[in-house]
Order: sequence, then C-alpha cells, then structure tokens
Amino acid sequence: MKLTGRVWIFGDDVDTDQIIPARYLTTFDAASLARHCMEDADPTFPQKVKPGDIIVAGKNFGSGSSREHAPIAIKAAGVACVIARSFARIFFRNAFNMGLPIFICESLKDAVREGDIIHVDGDRGEIILERTSERFETAPIPPFMQTLIDAGGLMSHVKKTTSLQA
Amino acid sequence: MRETLTQKILKDHLIEGEVTPGQIIQCRVDIALGNDVTAPLAIQAFKELGLRKVFDPERIVLVPDHFVPNKDIAAATQAKTMRDFARQFGITHYFEVGQMGIEHALLPEKGLVTAGDVVIGADSHTCTYGALGAFATGVGSTDLAAVMATGQCWFRVPETMRFIYHGTPQPWVTGKDLILHTIGDIGVDGALYHAMEFTGDTLKGLSMDERLTMANMAIEAGAKNGIFESDDTTVSYLKNRTQRPPRYYHADPDAVYLDVHEYDVSVFSPQVAFPSLPGNVHPVEEAENIPLDQVIIGSCTNGRITDLRVAAKILSGRKVHSDVRLIIFPATQAIYLQALKEGLIEVFVEAGAAVSTPTCGPCLGGHMGILAEGERALATTNRNFPGRMGHPKSEVYLSSPAVAAASAIMGKITHPSRVAGKEAP
Repeated sequence: MKLTGRVWIFGDDVDTDQIIPARYLTTFDAASLARHCMEDADPTFPQKVKPGDIIVAGKNFGSGSSREHAPIAIKAAGVACVIARSFARIFFRNAFNMGLPIFICESLKDAVREGDIIHVDGDRGEIILERTSERFETAPIPPFMQTLIDAGGLMSHVKKTTSLQA
Repeated sequence: MRETLTQKILKDHLIEGEVTPGQIIQCRVDIALGNDVTAPLAIQAFKELGLRKVFDPERIVLVPDHFVPNKDIAAATQAKTMRDFARQFGITHYFEVGQMGIEHALLPEKGLVTAGDVVIGADSHTCTYGALGAFATGVGSTDLAAVMATGQCWFRVPETMRFIYHGTPQPWVTGKDLILHTIGDIGVDGALYHAMEFTGDTLKGLSMDERLTMANMAIEAGAKNGIFESDDTTVSYLKNRTQRPPRYYHADPDAVYLDVHEYDVSVFSPQVAFPSLPGNVHPVEEAENIPLDQVIIGSCTNGRITDLRVAAKILSGRKVHSDVRLIIFPATQAIYLQALKEGLIEVFVEAGAAVSTPTCGPCLGGHMGILAEGERALATTNRNFPGRMGHPKSEVYLSSPAVAAASAIMGKITHPSRVAGKEAP
C-alpha cells in the first residue's frame, strides 16, 4: 500500500469523543459522520480536510469509547491513513476491522509540520517526509492484522474462514 | 503454570493459538453485548452475511440505554432497529425501557455474566465485569457482528499488570477513589493493551458495587480488561443470581506479571479527576472551592444502590445549593425500586435533586443534562474528555458519589467530611 498526502497534526490522547462527539451518534451514515470528523479537537477540520490527507498524532490516539463511528468518520472524511505514536486498543481493532489504514511511528510526529507532504509505503514500513527527504520507520503490522487487511476487513475474513450455517 | 487470572480464563476458552502474551488467539465467547448506539452498526454488518440465525440467541444481550427513553427521532430509529432485530432473531436478553438499566449495572444484577466468563461488548466499559472474575473487554460494532455470527472472537493475549492495595481506607474513601488514584498514577495509557489484576487486603473489604466501579474504569488507563480475584464476596454475590455455573480461577503464585504497583490506601483522600483526562487526578483538598453548575450522580460507574445510599446519607435533611442542578440516575429499574423502598428517592427530591429513569444520557453528552459553553460539572461518571458532557468548552470533574453529594450542597467541590462529618456509612 502506497499513500501520499498532506499532513494534519494532532496531539496526545485524542479521544473518540473529540473524533466524533456523541451528539452525532444518532446515525452511522458515513457521510453524515464525516461532516463532524475531529470537530471537538479542531472545529474547522471537516471544512479543510481534503481526500488523501493524513492525520499525524501523538500517543494514545482514539482513546475512550468503543464507537466504530470514529474510524468511519475519519475514513469517510477522505483521510488516507492515521499515523500515531500509539493507538488505544479498541480504536486499533476497529480501524483494522473496518479498513482504515493506521501506522505506529514514534519519531515522525516531532519532525513533521502541518501541511507537509509525506509518502507512506505500508508494505516496506517506511515514511518519507518530502520537505527534508527524511525516512521514518513504522512499527511492523502484526501478521494477523495483515490477514484482516488482505481479506478486506473482519467480516470478509469471517466469511472466508468460518463455516457459517445459513 | 505461571499464569495470570486473565491467561487462565482465555486458555479455557481457546479455539486456536497459544496463550502467551503478544500472541493472537481465537476464543469462544460466553456473552456478547450491544447497545442502541453500537448494535445498529453491528446489525447492519451481521445482516450482510445473510444468516438466518445468530450463533446462540441466549448469549447475546441487547440493552437500549444510551439515548433512551428516545431523545429524538434519529435515536428512536436506532432503538427500533435493535428492537426489531431482537424480535426477528429471538434474542432472549433484550431489555425494553421499563425493564432496562445501564448495561454494565444490568448484566451483573440479572446474573447474565458469571465468574470465569469471556465477555465482549460493543461498549468500552464492558471491562466492568472483571469485578465478577470474568475476562470482559470492549470491542467495536464489527467485532460484535462477527461474534453474533460465530460465537468467537480474536484477542491479542495481554500482559498482566498487578495492582496491590493495602490498608484501611479513611472515611469517605471508596473504590472510586482507589481507581482514580491508580489512573492518576499510571496515566491514561499506563495499562494500554494490558490486563489489570486487582488484589490486596484492602479489596477483601470492598463491596461488589465498589469492585464493579474499579473494574469499570480499567479502560480509562487504556487496559484491555481489569479483573479481581474471586473471594467470598464474589461467591455470595453470584449465588442464586447467575444463570450459568461460575468457574473460579486464581492466578498461579508464581504468575508472570509485567509489573507490580502497590498502594497504601490509608493515606488516600477522596480523589478528583480534573478536566480533561481521567488521569488528571488530585486529592479533593486541591479541588475545594471550585464552583459548580451541575452535579451528576449515576452511570455504569457509580449508579448502584450503595452509591445512592452514600449520596442520600449526605443529602438527608440538606438542600442542594441554589446555583447547582443535581441530577441523580439510579442505574437500573431494580436499583430505582430499592431506592424508593428505602426512602432514598424521597431524600433526593426533598433536597432539590432531579431523579431520572435509568439512562447513560448525560455521561456522554447524549441527553438529560447537557452542559452549555463555559459550564462546569462534577460527575460520578468515568470520563471528562473535552466536550464529553456537552459544549466543547464545558468542563467535567470526576469523583465518588460522596464528594458529588457534598459538593452539590455546597455549590463547590467539597470534602464530604465538611458536610457530613467523619463518620461515613
């Protein structure tokens, strides 16, 4: 997987209430959720984000609620991937289950500026910061998570691997 | 051997893989839970599989609690989606308004979860059931859909962190204060991906309600699950309550832990988490005199009968401060009825509190107590993220019911002993 995009920077502990506030959880329609993506962290984000953009954040991204509406909102807003120092565990599961690419990278956050262009090579586990040509390594994706990605998400994986009684 | 409590439970539910920290395993699930926010998304994913039945209609629990009684047409539609699904697929444990409660108070009360279970819920506070000696963890809606279809779930085997509590708590120091202090100590990602195993002599004296409060907030330290060793309190709580036989597990004496944290609770004050992280914890003395607009007593963290008793003891014969809206939410219908019988509801209403039917409502800024810009609340809930309870520029502090009740009377954050003396119930 190869992605190139413009960077938006967020801090540590961006919780799912900031990613998609509960006041919008009366729907799971992706386009409706996208209109409020990251709203309580940056109220102008839904207006300024463009398809292909990349979120770079600090530690513990996606903490709090289990709402899958959070990765759905980010994906539907057109964000190509999220790169963070660490992810909260339910958000991590949800992202792989529903097909939002995420990468763990410790050192990118301090080097990158808002608006920078970065090139992400998911297969090689590397990120290139265009402005400086610096190279950053992402943490390897666990083999099982790669299986989910290859299958196209958890439900497709379940269909392939489990004999279900219709 | 050398296994922690969490590892033992996972091992007995293993379908595939090796129960070694870091490994991905496939496990049997005893109970799978969804609510009116997360289940509709799971139902959509489930229906795409084209199945005519769920893996076991008696092992799926559906509870409308977040936005019910329906707050608006959109919420009503989501609740209806879940209700229709429950009827169509013959889900035994669906709880309608009037029967329902806040899910994590309701499932233990109804005996739907027992010791030794593996429980997943599409709600992050599913970790609450660790108090009963179960492995219980929050997942997303797609995970729930997969479990509804297969009865199985994948897990990464967690490392276990051990938390040992010694000593006798001072008056007005409760399980809520122990867990707030712990999260303050290790941070909101201090237990990220790990199991938290709670033990020590202090916990022997802790009621099941207080244990449920502690396990409930394991997620606020980033944990996969929080779990208690079973003892006489567990056995007597589960007796005549659980629908399936409990299986009691104990960690091996030489179990391998990632690390061990020990606390002397005798020196603890009641604790308060400041905005806007559950880990931003200070003793109540450092929070005193912070004025409040609203106080919430309730939620899956602290809406149980012992919580209401403590609040009533402090509120009895006193009045809520004229600048404060105090809203009290018994967590289930049974708790509500018990509070009525004990005269607690009368105490609350006499004091000037609003008392509501069970709902998650205000805790997540859903309904029944939303904050305006610049307003400040003290809540017995579990999260105080920016905008959690309403406007993004409102503030939430977290505390025990005792601190919340005393603060509602004084109109500012207050140590309970200032209002009700040194003798806690």
